[in-house]
Amino acid sequence: MALSSSLENREFENRTFFQRNRMAIVPWVFLLPAVLFFLVYVIIPIFQSLWISLYEWDGLYRPDGTWTAQWVGFENYAKLWTDEKFWTSLRNNIAWLLLFMLAVPMGLFIALFLNQTVTGMRFYKSLFFFPFVISQVVVGLIFGWFYNPEFGVVGQIWKFLFCEEVINIVGNVSTRCSVEPPALLASEEYATYGIIAAGLWPQIAYCMILYLTGLNNVSPDQIEAARIDGAKGWRMLWHVVLPQLKPATFIAVVVTVIGALRSFDMVAIMTAGGPGVGSTNVLAYYMYEAALSEFGFRYGYGSAIASVLFMIMLMYISYFLFRMYQDERGR
Amino acid sequence: MLQKTRKFLTATAISLFATTSAFAGELNIIFDDTNPGPKAGFEAAVAAFEKAHPEVTVNASINDREAHKTAIGNFLTAEAPDLTTWYPGNRMGPFVDAGLFTDISDLWASDPNLSENFNAIKPTMTRDGKQWGVPYSYYQWGVYYRKDIFDKLNLSEPKTWDELLGACDTMKEAGVTPFTIGTKFLWTAAGVFDYLNLRTNGYDVHNDLTGGKIAYSDPRIQKTFANWKTMLERCSFVSNHSTMSWQDALSPFANGDAAMYVMGNFAVSGMKDAGLTEEQIDYFQFPEITPGLARAEEAPADAFFIPAKAKNKEDALKFLAFISRPEVLAEWNKTIGQLPPNAKSEVGDSKFLQEGFATLSTAAGLAQFYDRDAPAEMAKAGMEGFQQFMNDPSKLDEITARLDAVQKEVYK
Repeated sequence: MALSSSLENREFENRTFFQRNRMAIVPWVFLLPAVLFFLVYVIIPIFQSLWISLYEWDGLYRPDGTWTAQWVGFENYAKLWTDEKFWTSLRNNIAWLLLFMLAVPMGLFIALFLNQTVTGMRFYKSLFFFPFVISQVVVGLIFGWFYNPEFGVVGQIWKFLFCEEVINIVGNVSTRCSVEPPALLASEEYATYGIIAAGLWPQIAYCMILYLTGLNNVSPDQIEAARIDGAKGWRMLWHVVLPQLKPATFIAVVVTVIGALRSFDMVAIMTAGGPGVGSTNVLAYYMYEAALSEFGFRYGYGSAIASVLFMIMLMYISYFLFRMYQDERGR
Repeated sequence: MLQKTRKFLTATAISLFATTSAFAGELNIIFDDTNPGPKAGFEAAVAAFEKAHPEVTVNASINDREAHKTAIGNFLTAEAPDLTTWYPGNRMGPFVDAGLFTDISDLWASDPNLSENFNAIKPTMTRDGKQWGVPYSYYQWGVYYRKDIFDKLNLSEPKTWDELLGACDTMKEAGVTPFTIGTKFLWTAAGVFDYLNLRTNGYDVHNDLTGGKIAYSDPRIQKTFANWKTMLERCSFVSNHSTMSWQDALSPFANGDAAMYVMGNFAVSGMKDAGLTEEQIDYFQFPEITPGLARAEEAPADAFFIPAKAKNKEDALKFLAFISRPEVLAEWNKTIGQLPPNAKSEVGDSKFLQEGFATLSTAAGLAQFYDRDAPAEMAKAGMEGFQQFMNDPSKLDEITARLDAVQKEVYK
């Protein structure tokens, strides 16, 4: 008996460090690949770009491998402060954020509209969802054509209203208009709104699908009860349906904010930041333009823009995490 | 068994040794145009080189032009090829300044062909008094126009500013928009600005402006803008040009709604693809503005450079000397439809090349292009300003002030 217990003791002592702490270590081992990649591709680059933003650098190394960058401290940020293009980009970002929020009520409206049982409803739903499935680049191209004053839908309607067909000097058909057709993407004031409208198209579809799934979970009992109590129309929507859709609304707002801050591809495709002096630039595109585009090669300045964008996102994400944390505690 | 292994090992060692010794005769080249014409021209030149130098094997990789622009910064500092294509003028500046290109002034001095036949283009290959690359092709800019429309209106090629403005009036009366242009990607507007500036003030002012020695508020540059304003008023451009790429802008030209296009020679193939025949289009030099001014032209060149980290510089120099020969450049540029930078080369027999060659070989100076002569940041701001000016000339003061501010920042 004594022998066996001492044997057991010895066995315990003989177990390796790993065996003794298995429960504590294993989760970390499983997490390790993810943590590693997250560090290498997200965390470290964030600090790198904060660091580079304190330098002036054209992206090159000398043949002996030394860095060509020059320390400038906060000069890049000081330049941003006086940079008209930066403020235009920031203003446009805010316009994106505000107007993109329209996607949430519009998505809700379409979802309510589609949430009924009609033959072929799935087909109609998929049609409404279609813009979200196609690539943003394609959406940008389509809208670019849509706005085109020559051959786009806008141009065609305009031609029908204000233009007449003429035969030009070499005998080809041409059009002459009493009022010039509007070239939305050529206008420094309105081009941004044209791009936002294009961006809204898939975003509405996204919000719609979130609400459609949300509507599936709305409890029929409560609707029934509310109906017996005489609620209908707006009151029913506001007091009975919407509270139950709160989780869907939360996610819809989150993805819409992120979508607005990420707006890059549409701007790149539709106007490339133009017309004029970056009148449709947003921070993400301006960062690309300063650091990576053909006339960029200002990595320090680009990093400074990226840092500002990061700070804006950080504020928002902190709020988002805080809300999530509170919600979880409330349960 | 052991013996067999030993034999095998020796064989491997020998073959390894053999490959490293073959390495000395291997030449790695990165070329940056995947379009069929340029690709064929380059490959033919490589084949001819290998025939003339059987001891050298060429490994060529052909990259997409836009991708090359971003990749070059990386491969010059990491695994450099022995030769790479890049642009002369200020665009080679950052790489030269960082010491990433090899100084090949000795080749320019010792090779009689290079030192004698490349005089027109030599200045653009020079920085800090040294030469850094060898050009293989260039092309002219100018006004491409619809000859059939000019004939219908009894117009001849304008030689002076007044003739051009007069021709524009005639065209507008006939319902033809004089100029087409697509400024979505900005550089086309810089072509118009460059020509107006070259004709108003000449080559030296162009260089001083892009070199940061003259401000945009300088009366001479303001004169250029004033001429541009006249041009915008009397020779209007197609509306909506800021939503169009240069290819989009071909459609009013092809349809006969617009009659002229300030462009580089590469546009000719685009015009032909749009359905125009060689008889319908023609070329004239941008007309004289300030009488008696020495005529300078835009002629962007493409060139080869030896990276500082190249392993086989000896054969790279051989390659540069070989391709700069008049007959090699003649053959090459016939294939791609551009001009050989060697004065002794025979020029392709298309009328555009013949006329272009006549234009460039008699020019007093060759500008690379606004966006290659000015540093990147200045070029970007400048071209945005030009587009803005074309949309609204009344903003000139605002634009000038901004460009002056950027200039101060860039050239400090």
